[in-house]
Amino acid sequence: MANMCPYGRFTHAVVRGIPETFGKAGGDSRKNGETSVELAKAQRQFGCLTGALRQKVGLQLIEIPSDPELPESWRIEDVAVIQGDTALITRPFKQQRRSEAEAVRKVVSELNLTVVEMGAEEGDSGGATLEGSDVLFTGREFFVGISSHTNHRGAEVLADTFRDFAVSTVPVCGGARLRNICSMGGPNTIIISNSDGAKKTLRMMEQLTDHHYEVLTVPEDSAANCIYIKGPSKHDFLLHRPAEECPDSASAFQKLQDYTLLPTACSEASKLGASLSSLCLLVNRKHTYF
Amino acid sequence: MTTESGADSEAKQPQENKEKGKAKAAAEPVEPENQSELPAAAGHSTPARKEQETQEDDQVSHQSSTSRLSRSPLKGVKIMQCKVTMLDGSDFSVNVEKRAKGHVLFDKVCDHLNLMERDYFGVTYRDVENQKNWIDPNKELKKQIRTGPWNFAFNVKFYPPDPAQLTEDITRYYLCLQLRDDVVSGRLPCSFATHTVLGSYTVQSELGDYDPEELGSDYISELRFAPNQTKELEEKVMELHKTYKAMTPAEAEIHFLENAKKLSMYGVDLHHAKLVGSLNESLAPAEGEDSEGVEIMLGVCSSGLLIYRDRLRINRFAWPKILKISYKRNNFYIKIRPGEFEQFESTIGFKLPNHRAAKRLWKVCVEHHTFFRLVSPEAPPKKFMSLGSKFRYSGRTQAQTRRASSQIQRLAPLFERSASKRYNMSRSLDGAPITESHETLMKDSAADGVSKVIATGDIIAAVTEKKAEEEKAEQEDAQMAAATPEPSTPLRHDTKCSPHVYSSDPLRSELSLPSSPVSSTKVRRRRREGARKRASSVSPAKSSDSCRRRQALDDRKAALLDEQVLLLSARKQRLEQGKRRGGMLFSFSLHLPDLSSYLDEDGYISFPDLSEMRFLPMCAQNFMPIKSPSLIPCFLFIFFFLLSTSFSVPYAISLSFPLALCLCYLEPKAASLTASIAHGYHDHDSSEEEEEETDSEQTDFAFDGDMTATESDADEDSEMPTQDASPPEEMVKHQTNISELKRSFLETGDTSSGLTEWEKRLSSSPARSPRADEPPMIVPLEPEDTQDELPAGEETKGEVEPKLAESTLGWVSSSEKTSAEPQEEAVVATETEAAPAESTGPTSLDVIEVGTKEVPVVHTETKTITYESAEGETNGDVDPGVLLSAQTITSETTSTTTTTHITKMVKGGISETRIEKRIVITGDSDIDHDEALAQAIKEAKEQHPDMSVTKVVVHKETEITPEEGED
Repeated sequence: MANMCPYGRFTHAVVRGIPETFGKAGGDSRKNGETSVELAKAQRQFGCLTGALRQKVGLQLIEIPSDPELPESWRIEDVAVIQGDTALITRPFKQQRRSEAEAVRKVVSELNLTVVEMGAEEGDSGGATLEGSDVLFTGREFFVGISSHTNHRGAEVLADTFRDFAVSTVPVCGGARLRNICSMGGPNTIIISNSDGAKKTLRMMEQLTDHHYEVLTVPEDSAANCIYIKGPSKHDFLLHRPAEECPDSASAFQKLQDYTLLPTACSEASKLGASLSSLCLLVNRKHTYF
Repeated sequence: MTTESGADSEAKQPQENKEKGKAKAAAEPVEPENQSELPAAAGHSTPARKEQETQEDDQVSHQSSTSRLSRSPLKGVKIMQCKVTMLDGSDFSVNVEKRAKGHVLFDKVCDHLNLMERDYFGVTYRDVENQKNWIDPNKELKKQIRTGPWNFAFNVKFYPPDPAQLTEDITRYYLCLQLRDDVVSGRLPCSFATHTVLGSYTVQSELGDYDPEELGSDYISELRFAPNQTKELEEKVMELHKTYKAMTPAEAEIHFLENAKKLSMYGVDLHHAKLVGSLNESLAPAEGEDSEGVEIMLGVCSSGLLIYRDRLRINRFAWPKILKISYKRNNFYIKIRPGEFEQFESTIGFKLPNHRAAKRLWKVCVEHHTFFRLVSPEAPPKKFMSLGSKFRYSGRTQAQTRRASSQIQRLAPLFERSASKRYNMSRSLDGAPITESHETLMKDSAADGVSKVIATGDIIAAVTEKKAEEEKAEQEDAQMAAATPEPSTPLRHDTKCSPHVYSSDPLRSELSLPSSPVSSTKVRRRRREGARKRASSVSPAKSSDSCRRRQALDDRKAALLDEQVLLLSARKQRLEQGKRRGGMLFSFSLHLPDLSSYLDEDGYISFPDLSEMRFLPMCAQNFMPIKSPSLIPCFLFIFFFLLSTSFSVPYAISLSFPLALCLCYLEPKAASLTASIAHGYHDHDSSEEEEEETDSEQTDFAFDGDMTATESDADEDSEMPTQDASPPEEMVKHQTNISELKRSFLETGDTSSGLTEWEKRLSSSPARSPRADEPPMIVPLEPEDTQDELPAGEETKGEVEPKLAESTLGWVSSSEKTSAEPQEEAVVATETEAAPAESTGPTSLDVIEVGTKEVPVVHTETKTITYESAEGETNGDVDPGVLLSAQTITSETTSTTTTTHITKMVKGGISETRIEKRIVITGDSDIDHDEALAQAIKEAKEQHPDMSVTKVVVHKETEITPEEGED
């Protein structure tokens, strides 16, 4: 259908700056408590990411200014699921994060996307929670990880929003979020971690899908989250964690033929359980009917 | 997707319907156009719904207008009138005998629709619970509908995963109608963007190009695209519609289907159920809750069984994953093959609302599994006293139907795309929108005499490029021959005054095919006579009164002979062409008694005409195959032979085919010699003729394919195992068949070279000499000789020599031997439960099935062992080769059924014979299948000492659970 084209075509990226309050969210986000994050380094890494998206890949970048009141607002991926010309504004698990959506809502409507809300707290979708980092869109279907942050009701709302596609639920065993253990590495390729939990999730995905995907397994969880974009010149770009962050997985990416690999550091954000894709929302405004 | 409303909705629906029904009953009769009186949203009535409504009508008013019972004055057979709701929402009334089986009704409906790729469709009825059930073609209608009214609906049963692979536009059109209804009724959910796109193609297909003057600005609001249609949607649809320029209806439908097929719920048949017992670990635990009794939906589709909870897919079992499907009381069970990391099979149970629902689901699963997964249908359990249901899917599988439709040789039939229901009262009352749309349709399709054909022809290009070329040529031709009166004028009138062509007499459209008023009056008069005769006696495919299809054997044979006559007349047509290249109605026949006089008169008299075609352009004269003097003798021979053997019609039939084939065989060769420069003209010629021959080809095909099971079945079956479940396009093309060759024979020609080529070939083909006294003519009568003949045919340097007709003979004996050939390889056996996996090459499988008890379960690959030698590789799909012949031989003993398929292919000059033997052993006792296998291999080796066994597949099916009996 109108929306169904191979995964990876994007024209815009929406990001949100790292606030000074980075890493100072409520107690649970630093539950390990073992590491302290460096704000400056995080901002530097954020700059590298946005630079790569804009200059190397050639996307139009929309940066929402950071808001110190919203310490986790940089995890912009969570607050919206965008596919084709529709943006579903999600309802994150944490109450205090729900106000992050406002700015994003504004941006996506400026991009002429159809904005769909998850609805009031009460009513049909009451109790539904959904975070974008639990949603894997493959170009053909959605997988929603049922995790501590996303529940069945939330997945139903997603399925109701994107009716063209099969929406399958999969358990997230390994990481906290589905996207922590897997991501798209090409129009037909899923990059997934080699951990036992991830394998179980992958098996489930393979059972549920009508399609066939290539699977690229990487030894480290953190390496499994990449950003794949087919650039304007139809060139494949893959933003991935650099060798210093995932030494064992670097070689795996070499298997991707004719890709431009863009190692992008993300060590600080990942200390807070985020990863590369958490930092941006990708939009395709050039979707065409055929 | 089709939804079967379950427990919840059951409660609501009847009420709704009752109200609607009452309103309707009060407001108006069942006239589709009038329904616009109802409010737009509620007024939309899908075929299925309409059926419900009318059914409700009946129930409410206690008068069943449609189930009138009348007595045939002749035989005292009770005739029932069936009302079938068609996909466009119209009703079709048809009479069937009260004891008629399901297929009678189905065939009548398909005939009425002029539909050939009918295996994707089915007839449904609503049971007392208002649930949709598929009519079993092999059971009496009366027993299926029980006490309900004789109301049915025509629906798509198997949604082809790739509609582009359908052969005919008309099939796609009906699939589109079904999908439009699925979309509008909400059974096929889609996003706003998709509603827009699908809607725009619907508009394009129905109204043609956007034309602001004609259509106005809100032309779209009277069409339905979505369950909740908004102004915004209509605007977007219009926006898109404006961008489609010169897109034909058929193109728009292809686009529509290309989009619709990607929808996740495309072709998913949903059934309400509840989970029974604790969920298998393979089911995604939803928030770790107890899954017992959770409301789910089971979706049956081409790839397997889908399990939904709300809108979410929580599990999926592809057909290969499922070992067994069964039902017991309200419960439905699937047994799952152990996964990679699991040791044991697991069984998952689902609770259906009631027993009937469980059985319905089971049946749908059996049918979908067979249709999409198997290469040929499973034989129903044969046991006399057995527990459980004997139900099996008995139609063609997708692989078979694709195969069959690849042989459809008729020119794309003209069919009317009926206007969908309009929702704007004021406009639809005066009929304006409808006329409008029809005019638009006609406008874009009838700019000149042939453009109607061309309009669809462009689409055909996707299927067969050759055809398109021809049609282009035809177009040029039409322009060239400006003097020719516009042949399709009568047709246009016809279609205009009957908006629903298929509600009118099909014969009418047949007879209104372009006819040239200036052709020789004598021939023409005879032709008219013929047409009348034909209309009354033959034409089994088109005659709406398809009781004729069940005619006695003699009639069939007479009809076959008539087909021969048609061949001759086709040739005569050519002569006609020489004089006047306008369209000529091609539809007449002769009965046997007239044959000789006719032959004398026309066969010989027209003969000299051939050389007198000076009025033709030079190049045309050169390429007219009829100028070949050997051609007419050849035909004459057929008739002489038929006459001489008329006392024994079967022999006559079996003999006439090889002869016809012989001619066909010659023709491609001649055509290939045609200089490229000639192609233009040659194509004109053939395309023109194609149009006229459609009639006979179609009849021919329909007759062979639908009536004479031996022939077509043998043909299909024997080729099936050599093909992948989805045969490559090219292969399909290569596989020549009777009618195609026949036609190419009639169409193409190269006289200069053909003359010699012709005779040479005739004499070099031992069995097919046109001379009546030559003994080999008798050859096909004896099975042994047939076998001898096969290699002989191949000796002619691997020329294409179609011998499909031989398959008729193949049934005669089961102990034939195939003589040796250098490149021959033999293969023992057959069967392809695991179709896609195992049928990759033209390998063959030996299946020894050991069924101990019969139960209503589908055993899928319980145990399959494959032995394959490297030789099997030589005939991969790379070079599909050209099929020479195919035959199937079946023999049965009490406990074993042996089916032997013999196919002969030519690949790159090397001919190859493949024998595939399927042995099914059925028995109560445990059979030593190792021994049986050894025996089978030994036998095969003995029978064909010079062949080698390339693949052996043992497929064992045991396993039984006693089930409740079939009702």
